[in-house]
Amino acid sequence: MNVAQLEVNDITLRFGGVTAIKGVGFNVAQGSIHAIIGPNGAGKTSMLNCISGVYHPQEGRIALDGQDITALSPYARTRLGLARTFQNIALFKGMTVLDNLLIGRHTHQKAGLLAGGIYYGRGQKEEVIHREYVEDIIDFLEIEPIRKKTVGTLAYGLQKRVELARALALEPKILLLDEPMAGMNAEEKEDMARFVLDINDDRGTTIVMIEHDMGVVMDISNRVVVLNFGQKIADGTPDEVQRDSQVQKAYLGQDE
Amino acid sequence: MTDALDTFPKLLARNAREFGAKPALREKEFGIWQALSWQQYHDKVRDFSLGLVSLGFERGDTVAIIGNNRPEWVCAELAAQGAGGASVGIYQDSNLNEVAFVIDHCDAKFVVAEDQEQVDKILDLIDQLPKLKNVIYTEPRGMRKYDHPTLVSFAAVEEKGRALNQAEPRRWEQNLAAGGGGDTAIICYTSGTTGFPKGALLTYDNLIVMGKSVNAVDAKWASDEFVSFLPLAWIGEQMVSLTNSLLVGFTINFPEDPNTVTEDIREIGPHTMFAPPRVWENMSSTVQVKIMDTTPFKRFMYHWAMPIGYKIADLKFKKQPLPFGLSLLHKLTYWALFRPLKDRLGLSNLRTCSTGGAALGPDVFRFFHALGVPLKQIYGQTEISGISCIHPDGDVQFHTVGKPIPGTEVKISADGEILSRSASITPGYYKNDAATAQTIRDGWLHSGDAGYLTDDGHLVVIDRIKDVMRLADGTQFSPQYIENRLKFSPYIKEAVVIGNDRPQLTAMICIDMSIVGKWAENQKISYTTYTDLAAREPVYGLLQQEVEKVNETLPLPAKLRRFVLLYKELDADDEELTRTRKVRRTFVAERYKDVIDALYSERTKVPIDTTIKFQDGKTARFQTVLLLRNLT
Repeated sequence: MNVAQLEVNDITLRFGGVTAIKGVGFNVAQGSIHAIIGPNGAGKTSMLNCISGVYHPQEGRIALDGQDITALSPYARTRLGLARTFQNIALFKGMTVLDNLLIGRHTHQKAGLLAGGIYYGRGQKEEVIHREYVEDIIDFLEIEPIRKKTVGTLAYGLQKRVELARALALEPKILLLDEPMAGMNAEEKEDMARFVLDINDDRGTTIVMIEHDMGVVMDISNRVVVLNFGQKIADGTPDEVQRDSQVQKAYLGQDE
Repeated sequence: MTDALDTFPKLLARNAREFGAKPALREKEFGIWQALSWQQYHDKVRDFSLGLVSLGFERGDTVAIIGNNRPEWVCAELAAQGAGGASVGIYQDSNLNEVAFVIDHCDAKFVVAEDQEQVDKILDLIDQLPKLKNVIYTEPRGMRKYDHPTLVSFAAVEEKGRALNQAEPRRWEQNLAAGGGGDTAIICYTSGTTGFPKGALLTYDNLIVMGKSVNAVDAKWASDEFVSFLPLAWIGEQMVSLTNSLLVGFTINFPEDPNTVTEDIREIGPHTMFAPPRVWENMSSTVQVKIMDTTPFKRFMYHWAMPIGYKIADLKFKKQPLPFGLSLLHKLTYWALFRPLKDRLGLSNLRTCSTGGAALGPDVFRFFHALGVPLKQIYGQTEISGISCIHPDGDVQFHTVGKPIPGTEVKISADGEILSRSASITPGYYKNDAATAQTIRDGWLHSGDAGYLTDDGHLVVIDRIKDVMRLADGTQFSPQYIENRLKFSPYIKEAVVIGNDRPQLTAMICIDMSIVGKWAENQKISYTTYTDLAAREPVYGLLQQEVEKVNETLPLPAKLRRFVLLYKELDADDEELTRTRKVRRTFVAERYKDVIDALYSERTKVPIDTTIKFQDGKTARFQTVLLLRNLT
């Protein structure tokens, strides 16, 4: 059953003389929730950027469903079923929630410039199908009240949820979440954790997430990878990782 | 099969025959209003009802229902009734103990719970609920990993019902025919300002008589639209969404989400509305706040047209004819302001609307009448199926609650209590004969309210009898009366007046965060939380003016002498308010003992150290310092 859907092999990423990630590899099983944790500057976001295609590592190989995607650009990876959210929200602030989500459907829209421009006929038919899909997500993430609100006017926690919704609109097989709970209060965190679980559970989406809230990570993830100074120091179930002496050192500091 | 339409399920079957494809229920889902015709409504109820029967539901059993207003809610109720049982609604924001108490007390065999949140509440307490057979959930979201043996989905029960209907096609008709007007239709738990809730039994006869009497003075039409957004566990919502809709055949619309009600009302444009005062107050204060923010032209139109509207409304209240010039202006203001404004609020089609549950401020009343919205006051108790008095058309007086509806007698007892009698009075409380004997004596329902009848037959309600209090020197005062006066101020959300056996009157006030916050922004006062805002010196100054305005209308011995702004809003989750948002005085007095003691001391500051409880039972510690203000 535990097929590796995403394989990360021996990734090394350098910026000039600085090595951000050094020979890190791990496998993400289909249908799991996989957390990447580590202290600040450990290379977590760089790792996520390598997976989503924003950075191209100098060494190593990344494969999705057995297909090598190391050299592909971000949009090509999106077509293969990768979607992500950002640590600092990256939505179109001047547009409504609904429009932001419909943009998320872009990869799945087949009507060309002409058909879309004429709208009536093929364009409209397609629009209806995508609106339906988006409405399903709106219902799923309980953002009905803000459907037609401009994103920029929304509270931070809600914007985070809209970003998650837009990533879902891509119909991803793997969802990459960069600190989905950062800056949220306890109640919002609890909601977000529930949504992440529901996405994983109801939609069968594999989730790779970076998160600092250890309570959440230990609670909801199936597997945890710990990075420190660009190197993998542990990889296992939440329990195993918690007991790992290296992890404890990395987090609590080392006695000299 | 008998032809008498004496139960809800029989009325439903009749409506399916007569109205067929006309929409009965509408729910906004995925951004679109999805209709259920009377025929589909009937079939859904039949399937679910027979499903319950195949799960072991017997005549006389009860089904408890908890969740937001959805088609499944009303279907579950009618299904229980169709199988010869009764339904019990539970307020969806009730905490664990309240939910467990009601489910256990009403002997529910089945609970229909909306979603994971409600199911969690029940599964948490399942060990204390031995009579419960199944928990039926309507929203499968997040429920995939739940494998508790009692859990069944709504759809699965419907499926069982369809199978039973195939096997025994006459079963449903037989079930309907077996029911009669004397059967208990619902057990309505009153929120109760003290102690555990009491469950008033209400029969079909009670409810149907009530529905017909209300329609006689306040007609509803089959073509009407109604938006159902108040708790269906409340008798007022039951009255409209079930009794009246079934009797008359109008359409009930369920909002998409509790937070989208305002937009949903606007989209539907209801013909009839029933809402507690806070909804109307909210609407009127929203308009006033938005006008502050709008363009100068719109603001000018508002300030030009509103006084004309008020003048016309006042003439109508006095039942005087409109002079020609004014009726011309009326037309003009209608097109210039009132029509677009009503459209904005979703009140364009409104023909009849009412408020009930508590007193509504005269200012709000006048506001809506000035717009041309014919708002009426309703008065009644759960025990009399909801309504005993209503303002007749064209006879609205805002200090009264109207005249008794047909078939209802109202009189005042020797000690000033309001008594009422009609065919709609409950046969009694479920498993609580002591309370029944105390409330219903010689056929008269003892309301516990103090009041009097005016010369033209209108009823005036003063306060709860037990809430009329005395100062230490014997001066009588009604805290609720003063609180309502205070709450007429847009800046005040909640107020508690204290003074029983004390030398003078004082008040604890909760500010209205949205409006005071707006005011503070305009004054360039920065703030973070509710607590912070409520502790600001300028906010105290603002509120002092508001309290002084109220003081001017109060008799000398009953003037407020000191007040404090509380650090949090009173909340039903903290048991400070009932579910219908009435203040639970004894509890509040106990909880804020420190604050009250400080109000009766010379101190100007009081430190607070307390715990706050969340809906899921968690608690958090909380510390702050409150200021106290003297009034002259």
